[in-house]
Amino acid sequence: MDIYLPIAGQSVNALLIVVLGFGVGVLSGMFGVGGGFLTTPLLIFYGIPPTVAVASATTQITGASVSGAMVHMRRGGVDAKMAGIMIVGGLFGSLVGAAMFRLLQTTGQVDVVIGLLYVLILTWIGGLMLKDSLLTLGYLSVPARRGPARRHNRWVASLPLRWRFYSSGLYISPVAPLALGFVAGVLTVFLGIGGGFILVPAMIYLLGMPARVVIGTSLIMILAVSAGTTMIHSLTTRAVDIVLAGLLLVGGVVGAQYGAILTTKLKPDYLRLALAIIILLVALRMFLGLFWRPDEIFSIEYL
Amino acid sequence: MIAALAPLLMAADKPELVPDVSARNVEIRYSFTGAQLLLFGAVVYPGGRIPDHPVDIAVVLRGPVQPILVREKQKIAGIWMNADSNRFRSAPSYYAVASSRPILDLIDDRTAAIYELGLHNLQLSPGGGALPEKERRFESGLLDLRRRQNLYSESPHGVEISDGVLYRAVITIPSQVPVGTYTAETFLIDHGKVVAAATRDIQINKSGFERYVALAARRHEGLYGLAAVAMSLFLGWAAAAAFRRRF
Repeated sequence: MDIYLPIAGQSVNALLIVVLGFGVGVLSGMFGVGGGFLTTPLLIFYGIPPTVAVASATTQITGASVSGAMVHMRRGGVDAKMAGIMIVGGLFGSLVGAAMFRLLQTTGQVDVVIGLLYVLILTWIGGLMLKDSLLTLGYLSVPARRGPARRHNRWVASLPLRWRFYSSGLYISPVAPLALGFVAGVLTVFLGIGGGFILVPAMIYLLGMPARVVIGTSLIMILAVSAGTTMIHSLTTRAVDIVLAGLLLVGGVVGAQYGAILTTKLKPDYLRLALAIIILLVALRMFLGLFWRPDEIFSIEYL
Repeated sequence: MIAALAPLLMAADKPELVPDVSARNVEIRYSFTGAQLLLFGAVVYPGGRIPDHPVDIAVVLRGPVQPILVREKQKIAGIWMNADSNRFRSAPSYYAVASSRPILDLIDDRTAAIYELGLHNLQLSPGGGALPEKERRFESGLLDLRRRQNLYSESPHGVEISDGVLYRAVITIPSQVPVGTYTAETFLIDHGKVVAAATRDIQINKSGFERYVALAARRHEGLYGLAAVAMSLFLGWAAAAAFRRRF
């Protein structure tokens, strides 16, 4: 069943897009990530123009994080003060990101920067997660790890102006979550990812937040920033394809529900191992893509 | 007296083309996956006399002209990235030519260049004063890319002529064509000369919901963005609500 996308200006197989949304939705429900890191590259492989793919994937992330955010809000798993600060940083980051995106577009280096960023971030996060899950599953053992566990990261603790975050039980400077939000905001605009798979480990390892509030807080943050980014994309690049986003969402929101059900039936450590492998595979594919001779040497830009 | 009438008689001595197209308007709707256009018509010979040797027909369908920038990727430090670029001020967004025989057998290069018959005779107006060698490289890159996207095509035997009078050609347009006014040109070629030419306009537009969405995204960006956010919030909420009832 083919359907015409009014903004992308081409027709796509609607069923395929819904299935893609569903698959990514299952993963996002299982792992609590937006899934943008899979949607965007897959849409680009399918032949959707990169700007449209990035902008429309952002819209899907909002939908995918709604139900998760609702559940965590009801359970009190959200540090509202922390989320608020990160959202401020995130919105500011997405504005700066949009300006940087424009600049790179005029020099024609957007694809390379997007590719490099994807490779760096995915390898880093995927590597961390792989090591962590192998450790907890007992395939790897690190003897020296049992030292005195430091609650706060040294850099975060040295920042001035400390605030109290009661839900997280933290007494840290708001500059740290602000900066974290900013980075996530830039990445949301650039890569069409919600940044959940960066936020979650950063909140645990860098800020020292308790696991109880990490997922909920990051979901609220992703919800707000992806909604804000959708607005920024519609105002600046005008590349949000509402039909494409709708198709992705229909599959995505249903998939997210099945993913959440699956989570309760699977061992979380194996889930994390699986996610780490998926992330590393995507990173490998993107890495090779930088060095392989591309299918198209020439590209056309409309003036 | 006869000398004064000579031009008129000469004019009446030339064959004329009566062209038509299967659709003057092509509407892009949600199910648009491209379209097939039939370009057809008749040749009217003076006095109805059909010449004893076969004549040839070439038809051209071209889309609105756009200024574009073509970028070329090169391997720099092992990574493929955009390195060089060239500007073309008047590249047609769509170009298809069909003829009853290969263009080069019909007319010489100069005539082909005048009428822009054939992909290699397009007037792309490269800008920026680049070296001719570089211009040629970018031009062939552009032609090759658009040919594989089915935006540019040549079909050397695409025109069918019956009884030397009626002609027809089927031209396919892919789904990613831009909207605008397209022109369908027909050329009657005899002994290496273009003896008659005629033009018809075709409008390709988005219609209905697709037109509405494209307009909204351009004119009411804020509302469009809000609608996209509202849609995603609603769908996310609806799925969560539907599933909570089941479990």
